[in-house]
Amino acid sequence: MRLSQDPTIDTVAKLCSVSMAMFAFVFVVMVPLYNVLCDALGINGKTSSEAYISVSADVDETRFIKVQFIATNNDAMPWSFSPEVTEMLVHPGAANDTVFFAANPTMNAMVAQAIPSVSPSRAAEYFHKTECFCFEQQPLDGNDKAEMPLQFIVDQDLPADIKTITLSYTLFDVTALISDKVASR
Amino acid sequence: MGDHHHGPAKGLSRWLYTTNHKDIGTMYLWFSFAMFLLGGAFAMVIRAELFQPGMQLVEPGFFNQMTTLHGLVMVFGAIMPSFVGLANWLIPMMIGAPDMALPRMNNWSFWILPPAFLMLASTLLMEGGAPAFGWTFYAPLSTTYAPPSVTFFIFAIHILGVSSIMGSINIIATVMNMRAPGMTYMKMPLFVWTWLITAFLLVAVMPVLAGAVTMMLMDIHFGTSFFSAAGGGDPVLFQHIFWFFGHPEVYIIILPAFGVISQIIPAFSRKPLFGYASMVYATAGIAFLSFIVWAHHMYTVGMPVAGELFFMYATMLIAVPTGVKVFNWVTTMWRGAMTFETPMLFSIGFLVLFTIGGFTGLMLSIAPADFQYHDTYFVVAHFHYVMVAGAVFSMTAAVYFWLPKWTGRMYNETMGKVHFWVSFIGFNVTFFPQHFVGLAGMPRRIPDYALQFADFNMMSSIGAFIYGMSQLLFLYNVIAAIVSGEKVSDEKVWDGAEGLEWTLPSPAPYHTFETPPKLEKQPAY
Amino acid sequence: MLNARALAATALLPLAANAQNQINMSTGISEAGAVITDLGAEIYGLHMLIFWICVAIGIGVFGVMLYSIYAHRKSKGVEPSQFHEHTGVEIAWTVVPFFILVLMAVPATSTLLEVYDNDDAEMSILVTGYQWKWKYEYLDADGENIAFFSNLATSQEQIYNTDTKGENYLLEVDEPLVIPVDTKVRFLITANDVIHSWWVPEIAVKRDAIPGFINEAWTRVLAEGVYRGQCTELCGAYHGFMPVEVHVVGQGEFNDWMAAKRGAAATDAALAATELPVDELMARGEDVYNASCLACHGANGEGGLGNAIAGSTIAMGGLDPHLNVIVNGVAGTAMQAFGAQLSDIDVAAVTTFQRNAFGNNTGDVVQASDVVSYKEG
Repeated sequence: MRLSQDPTIDTVAKLCSVSMAMFAFVFVVMVPLYNVLCDALGINGKTSSEAYISVSADVDETRFIKVQFIATNNDAMPWSFSPEVTEMLVHPGAANDTVFFAANPTMNAMVAQAIPSVSPSRAAEYFHKTECFCFEQQPLDGNDKAEMPLQFIVDQDLPADIKTITLSYTLFDVTALISDKVASR
Repeated sequence: MGDHHHGPAKGLSRWLYTTNHKDIGTMYLWFSFAMFLLGGAFAMVIRAELFQPGMQLVEPGFFNQMTTLHGLVMVFGAIMPSFVGLANWLIPMMIGAPDMALPRMNNWSFWILPPAFLMLASTLLMEGGAPAFGWTFYAPLSTTYAPPSVTFFIFAIHILGVSSIMGSINIIATVMNMRAPGMTYMKMPLFVWTWLITAFLLVAVMPVLAGAVTMMLMDIHFGTSFFSAAGGGDPVLFQHIFWFFGHPEVYIIILPAFGVISQIIPAFSRKPLFGYASMVYATAGIAFLSFIVWAHHMYTVGMPVAGELFFMYATMLIAVPTGVKVFNWVTTMWRGAMTFETPMLFSIGFLVLFTIGGFTGLMLSIAPADFQYHDTYFVVAHFHYVMVAGAVFSMTAAVYFWLPKWTGRMYNETMGKVHFWVSFIGFNVTFFPQHFVGLAGMPRRIPDYALQFADFNMMSSIGAFIYGMSQLLFLYNVIAAIVSGEKVSDEKVWDGAEGLEWTLPSPAPYHTFETPPKLEKQPAY
Repeated sequence: MLNARALAATALLPLAANAQNQINMSTGISEAGAVITDLGAEIYGLHMLIFWICVAIGIGVFGVMLYSIYAHRKSKGVEPSQFHEHTGVEIAWTVVPFFILVLMAVPATSTLLEVYDNDDAEMSILVTGYQWKWKYEYLDADGENIAFFSNLATSQEQIYNTDTKGENYLLEVDEPLVIPVDTKVRFLITANDVIHSWWVPEIAVKRDAIPGFINEAWTRVLAEGVYRGQCTELCGAYHGFMPVEVHVVGQGEFNDWMAAKRGAAATDAALAATELPVDELMARGEDVYNASCLACHGANGEGGLGNAIAGSTIAMGGLDPHLNVIVNGVAGTAMQAFGAQLSDIDVAAVTTFQRNAFGNNTGDVVQASDVVSYKEG
């Protein structure tokens, strides 16, 4: 398609369009593509940010999966944050639940966001959270504490060579960020 | 069309307002040399601190500013503009065109560079200091944890990107639309081919760099979380976007250098380039492959194994077309009748040392071995072999080769040879030991190191001072030639030189090929 | 699969008798001839295989080039040939290298799959990169995790050249990571702030530490010993000053070490209930200061990357604001929340130290119970 009669201007116009398209490509294609691939394949260990709707199914009692829980604080986040249990043995297909404890030792009301990460990353797509405190931000008044629930199911289709799944939560202080931001998940 | 003055304007306004490709080429070359010396000064600070273990001269934070600015200035201020300068001078003459397709845009492409680098250098004086997060500026060190000067760094990168994109559009438009009649694509000199392909790479990936720094700007100032896990983002996303630009970028740096070597070796072998067609296809093959290998810079980031394998295989594949080029250059020399003037010395130096850099590149591509190489001095050695002994040697060869055509004066051949030998020895003394310390366990970007790395670091620093001094010799050689070099009367200058530029008088007149030349002598390819 | 040990043993490059001027990667085999890790030896073998293939190709290419430079020079009076293509040769030197690459890719693939074999570990250790130290946390099935920080132990005097440098200059820490020999250990790696990278060359483990994400790596170390590494991702000013030190010991010694760690935690907890004498607090506080504060706040409290402590209005003013800075950190700056990193006794000790050292002389004494009441509000 000719953009101009003058062949030079035609070349220039097409190349400018390519440049602008590549700039748009970064925002419109690369970022969503990265997120879609990571969500779909769990390849960076990110789990879904929405509650999993479970269907009834058989529990696979022939194998146990060790699920480890890790709780860490990000920089300058002073809350205490720990799992009730550090590991559980679960059957794929079974519903499990546990809690995490959080306490705000400062005198100010704060808001936290827990970010989950699963290892091995390819297990992330088989780790379904039916309820998780990480789906929302967690506000706590000064000197307040909370018990935060987690309910999950390990999918029966988890590859046979995965026997240990580690779920790590990093707690971030988002008090300053909550006002106008939409978390882009 | 056709200006009616009898030569260039006089004074400062000549340079400020010029739309002449020769003037603009000259400005790019001098600017890039000044940036080379600036980036070299930063390197001298680095190597002076690393001369011995312990902190002697600078604080660790300032050291990181030096490594960051050294990389940025060398890549964006020295190497890239220098080859754009060559392109400006040579492409119109090589294809028989009177000037570049868009002469006024050409002026802008150059003149936005000095302010951009002034802004970048001035960050040294800002509160919090200059950027200190490496030329690869990974998030969140470059976003949440960056000094205030990061915003100026981002602006500077945007300006440089615009300059490169405009320059590349100009080159493509010129080559596609302004070749003399009879000069088909497969009759163009290889230097024009390599720049044409490079320009397409630039048009495609500089906007990606712009996207990456814009996302940084948004994370820093506008509350987004592209690269911050707290808001649902991912620091590794930055690395993917950066290296999607960054890998093609290193081929952008080297392909024009390949083009220069492909002009010089045949000239001094008095033999046509061997395998012209496969050189074109190999260059295109390298350019295509450069888009699908980026994550070999990220092998330790925690990628799934399938991804690591894909990037490993794709990266190894690049050895094939690169090898083809090396074999073709050697075969060009074979059964030629060689002489070894300075441009040929630098070209042979390129051939040997770039190939060594290519071998370490192949070693680095092997993902499980790379777990031991990544972020160590082994990588630093690799990229300095390909960028300095590769691109910079090639640029130096180009200057010695075409200087007589540009200025009508010959440089002093003995001094040129001295420059070569001091450079060659200085370069190798600087960078060969870095392979050793990297393999022995020394990480990159550290201002101080464990005692077992001391001897090789001292050697490397001594080499760096030698190499640095030799660039002052280069400056002297060029100025001496321009001011008092022996006048050249031949058009051809060099016995075996081929190409339209060698049919012009020396120095080349201000306006050339205002009427397209008749291609009498068909190139041997 | 490659016989890594055979290749390593036949490596023609000599290994220096000591680490000085070492020119090659760790072989994965100790000086005594014991295998350190199978994976490390395998990686070394792969590295040498690729290296020798490159040397062979280099000798071929440079040999031809050097011969040509000698024989095909104008001064010898030769006439230049004019040939410029040969399809057969060009196809050959495209196809043959491709097959050599396939040959390299096979062992590379199998070794990479080994690197990713993280499951079935006997113990898990959480490794967290901080600016500028590592934190190690042993995950315990009963939830009794042992956690501690591992700071650079080399003194500022050595770094700034007023004292002679020790043998393990910049590679020594106050609290090393201790793991039992011949045990598959799984590392879970993350970061607190920016990207770091955890690397121990002799056991061939390197993995990036990314804030908000967890990575995994594994090792099985077969030879007891001390192995040292460094952070390998630029993480700010003191990137070069956060080493890794791993002690691999027999199972018995490891159990004793673990018991001692648990005991120390219990002792600290008991101590926290008592009142410590001032000189004990000051001595302990000075140790904490040197390990955790000195790099940014100066050996004499003069400041640097961080504010000065000497004459500081915070260190000499009210106790609560002072504790607030230490316990909760200062958001938006490099001052971390040390309440999450130091025990109550250590916080009390370092606060006491800061309030009385460097000429501050407030006379204040801070006990662990004061810190506890502060935290409880």
